[in-house]
Amino acid sequence: MKIFALFASLLTGAILLYGVQDFAPWGDPASPANSHVSSYYIKQTVFETHVPNIVTAVLGDYRGYDTMFETVVIFCAGMAVICVLRRSRH
Amino acid sequence: MNLIRKKAAKRKFGDNQIIRVSVRIMAPFIQLFGLYVIAHGHYSPGGGFQGGVVLGASFILLSLAFDLEKTLKSFSESMNAVMANIGVLIYTGTAILCALVGGLFLDYAALNSILPIGPIEWRSLGIFIVEIGVGFAVMSIMLSLYWDLSSGGDMDKGL
Amino acid sequence: MTDLVSGIVAKYNYWIYVILMMIGLYAMIGKRNLVKKLLGMNIFQTAIILFFISMGVKRGAAIPILDKAGTLANGVDPVQILNPLPHVLMLTAIVVSVSVTGVALAVMIRIYREYGTLEEDEILEKLDR
Repeated sequence: MKIFALFASLLTGAILLYGVQDFAPWGDPASPANSHVSSYYIKQTVFETHVPNIVTAVLGDYRGYDTMFETVVIFCAGMAVICVLRRSRH
Repeated sequence: MNLIRKKAAKRKFGDNQIIRVSVRIMAPFIQLFGLYVIAHGHYSPGGGFQGGVVLGASFILLSLAFDLEKTLKSFSESMNAVMANIGVLIYTGTAILCALVGGLFLDYAALNSILPIGPIEWRSLGIFIVEIGVGFAVMSIMLSLYWDLSSGGDMDKGL
Repeated sequence: MTDLVSGIVAKYNYWIYVILMMIGLYAMIGKRNLVKKLLGMNIFQTAIILFFISMGVKRGAAIPILDKAGTLANGVDPVQILNPLPHVLMLTAIVVSVSVTGVALAVMIRIYREYGTLEEDEILEKLDR
């Protein structure tokens, strides 16, 4: 069982490394991850929201819908632990 | 030798005078630092999630140093649940209030009709209000997770 | 063939993330204890978070916290500032990781109360009976 798991992990690692050759080199300013929406965020955040911290502005304002559901997720995790673990005393 | 053993059996394992005094002195400063991290999310690294975890960590420190029953007497479970709910309600309440006043859902600039300070300033203030809600929710849930997992659901003997 | 090798070996930072991911994957499927599987999942999540953060780095750039007065006067050049978007997405990922770990530990406490053991093959034996 462990030999099979080791072989599966090494095979997956080799396939992932074969896919690495299409990635951009490390630190490239023109890579696809750095080109489309994030340059808009960097240029326009202080003008539109007067908040110097771009990460907080994107988290709270431009992507505020995701953060709202994030808060609901962590609330549901707390509720789930209570539902699983509490037992009534007889 | 027997007397020492009897005294050690009466005391619990972590019940040490030094730990109790030092934790009681340190806890307000940790909470102040947590509130600082929440409030300075606009100008330095920080924000709601990070500050909420630091605030929750101060209460977890109190639960570790003292007994779980003593901590529950000073910060009860129902108060904890109320604070978690208030946190989520502040976030969704602000979002729905923006929709009720006339703009889109989560459009903070539409709140300008309640208190006219300018739409750009309202976006900055809206982010701040929302981060407070997130901070409260994360603090309460960190604490609730620790209490439930360390006592196995019974809430009588912690770590 | 040499093109393939130089293409992979030159981007040496991706090796770290793939190795961490594979350590996590082996722990999840190869170990028998439930707590070790959960730790493997945590290692996997950490590797993914590191990978995303490294995709947003620009050479010689500053952190995405700007100077308000200077930016309102002059504007900012996007090449000089780091990409803030992976940091935002990974904050959500860290919170999800904490939630999943909390619920998994709670379920493990219930399994231990019910079956008395945390080894996967012993639990399967008790379930078959």
